[in-house]
Amino acid sequence: MAGDQELKLLGSWASPFVIRARIALNLKGVGYEFLEEGLGTKSELLLKSNPVYKQIPVLIHNGKPICESMIIVQYIDEVWAAAGPSILPSDPYDRAIARFWAVYIDDKWFPLLWKIIIAKADDEETAEAAEQVIAGLQLLEEAFEKCSKGKDFFGGKSVGCIDIALGCYFGWVKAAEKMAGVKLLDKEKIPLLMGWAERFCSADAVKELMPEVDKLIEHGKMVRARLNAAATN
Amino acid sequence: MEVKLFGAWPSPFVCRVEWALKIKGIKYEYIEEDLYNKSSSLLKYSPINKQVPVLLHDGRPIIESMVIIEYIDDTWKQNPILPTDPYRRAMARFWAQYVEDKFYESVKRAFFTEGEEQKVAVELAVEALKPLDQELKGKKFFGGEEIGFVDLVAGWIAHWLGVVEEVLCIKVVDPENFPSLCAWMKNFVEVPVIKENLPARDQMPGFYRMLRQSGLASCDGKQQS
Repeated sequence: MAGDQELKLLGSWASPFVIRARIALNLKGVGYEFLEEGLGTKSELLLKSNPVYKQIPVLIHNGKPICESMIIVQYIDEVWAAAGPSILPSDPYDRAIARFWAVYIDDKWFPLLWKIIIAKADDEETAEAAEQVIAGLQLLEEAFEKCSKGKDFFGGKSVGCIDIALGCYFGWVKAAEKMAGVKLLDKEKIPLLMGWAERFCSADAVKELMPEVDKLIEHGKMVRARLNAAATN
Repeated sequence: MEVKLFGAWPSPFVCRVEWALKIKGIKYEYIEEDLYNKSSSLLKYSPINKQVPVLLHDGRPIIESMVIIEYIDDTWKQNPILPTDPYRRAMARFWAQYVEDKFYESVKRAFFTEGEEQKVAVELAVEALKPLDQELKGKKFFGGEEIGFVDLVAGWIAHWLGVVEEVLCIKVVDPENFPSLCAWMKNFVEVPVIKENLPARDQMPGFYRMLRQSGLASCDGKQQS
């Protein structure tokens, strides 16, 4: 099926949002052409395929672009439903729970993590943001207990929607810890999540995709510098 | 199969869920919440957000209005709200998210700020409307001939935005600049299930003025979430 369909993914190695799409494609065993966008540059194809946001990831399937990472993940799950394990749960209530956590992670939790990543040195808000990130992780620890029902992942036996939504940020959490000198991952406070994170990062569909933390730190510093320069102009 | 909805009469997020329930012909019990004095039930069912709407189906809560609408569509198959084709579903989700993230957020910022910050927010809101107007060209509704997911999520523009414009003394949707959007607004509020389920227009400015005042008062120089 993948042979006579054209599938391209516009992305970047560092972007957690791109990693989401790639995990989903790996789970379904679908081949695709990966087109790397450089930091600070936007290709013609990207601008044409995503004129509204001009952002990665963009999945282009037989010439039709699909944008926004969790929308791409759901699209992949629906188009290649039979090709691999379900990413969204089959039960409507469980799907609603998965969608809720994906929204929480992106709208409430990640902006706090991002604040830490781009904070200037000695920023007073960093400590507060770190506390809120940790509080969020504790909510997610409870969610993991409920959703996993004793199995390896939020999705049960295999990597699912919430695993993808949260797991993609794992490298960046570690990078933020080093960049800002804060401890976010505490085995005492989030033992289940720490176990989950290890399993997630070593899952077949994920392991080749998680970037090295040192490279993310370097990348994060560049992004931070660019943002701070733009802010002072 | 018991369905309950915790809501508040002026909330566009509650309204869009009610529209979805009514489109599907689902019977439900409506529980009005006082947003300034939330019930213990609401706080129990929505401990993180502490907000309406909350849908309770056989005792299990579902929260976040767009998540609720997808849940309704997944659970009750008659009168589909989202398209069946995966690409069209992805497009529907994309535009719904766009309305929330780009347009609604700018309007919300304009609503809870003053002066230069408000001016910038209004400009961003107007800018954000352009792709929406473009998306509507040649279509009666975002969903095509019938209303769909995007129409429900964007529906607040057709009835609530005018109230915001009145309270802030601004103009966001100019018929000259956004002809397709204006036509859509007129068509949307004429759809029977929508027309019969809108909060009283004359009661809204008072509520929203109070909401703005309490928002400005609690904002100590930092942006409200």
